[in-house]
Amino acid sequence: MAGEPAILASDFPPGVKDFDFEGLVPGLGQAVTKVTILAWLAAALIIVFFLVAYRKPKLVPTKTQWMAESMYGFVRDGVATEVIGAKRGLRFAPYLTTLFLFIIVMNFFGIIPFLQISPNSHISFPMFLTAITYVMFLYLGIRKHGFFGYIKHTLILPGVPWPMHFLLVPIEFVQNFLTRPVTLAVRLFANMFAGHLLLLVFTLGGVALMNAQTVFFRPLSVVSWAMAIIMTFFELIVAALQAYVFVILTASYVESSLADEH
Amino acid sequence: MDLAAVTGSLSSIGYGLAAIGPGIGVGIVFAAYITSTARQPESAGLTRTYMFLGFAIVEALALFGLVLGFIWAG
Repeated sequence: MAGEPAILASDFPPGVKDFDFEGLVPGLGQAVTKVTILAWLAAALIIVFFLVAYRKPKLVPTKTQWMAESMYGFVRDGVATEVIGAKRGLRFAPYLTTLFLFIIVMNFFGIIPFLQISPNSHISFPMFLTAITYVMFLYLGIRKHGFFGYIKHTLILPGVPWPMHFLLVPIEFVQNFLTRPVTLAVRLFANMFAGHLLLLVFTLGGVALMNAQTVFFRPLSVVSWAMAIIMTFFELIVAALQAYVFVILTASYVESSLADEH
Repeated sequence: MDLAAVTGSLSSIGYGLAAIGPGIGVGIVFAAYITSTARQPESAGLTRTYMFLGFAIVEALALFGLVLGFIWAG
């Protein structure tokens, strides 16, 4: 092979180090990296798209307007009113749509050529999105039931023999206030992290096989790259599914805070 | 002489163990959804939300396993 190859086989077992990017602005350290730029890009894309789509709304929608309306309609009808309820859900549709689109655009960055990293594969982005959800459902619950009312509403299950509460109250507490936010953040993060790692394994694995000492291993690199292509399509499904799951869980947590009964 | 020495990362074995339960659970969730849709096709839209909710909750432990595997990779 002439010259140094661009990707070295020595990169092969990919790991956590592949998620670190160099700072782009000198002097600021890691404040602005590729990941930061992609998060801004996602927000900018969504804002510009909706401004353009709704600049001149028409009764008979144009193609762009139809796309924007069907995205909003999907979240409003499929998530907000379906999970939270026809009357109360409408209020949350704009936020849920924004959340859904932000996550799905950031997830798609994981498979778009040359971008190829999702900001959500860094835990800080899912953590912050989860923090908004967490504060939102706590606030809504406390506003509706009052502080102690909300605690009672969440922890005490109606119609249970009283000795069972010794067992149920701790379980309900851990489930509602601790595992809910943790799982919400970790689910999105781990899916994007694992997806990126999977693509790296097959792509770099192909390079490693190509440079293998044994000649018979070299043709196998084609199989590895074919798997990388298949996994890219699989990531397409995962990206959309995880955005949907995040939004539907947010809606269901909000619903549980607003519910009259447990 | 070690007869059964394990070299490499034990946390990958831990992840394999952590994935068993959620693997079975996710299978049950989707199987139940398919069964209910086959019996009553008009309920497909109604139960889809609950399927994804159940799927998301069942999947959580496998994801914890994955993340903890990296944390204790050593």
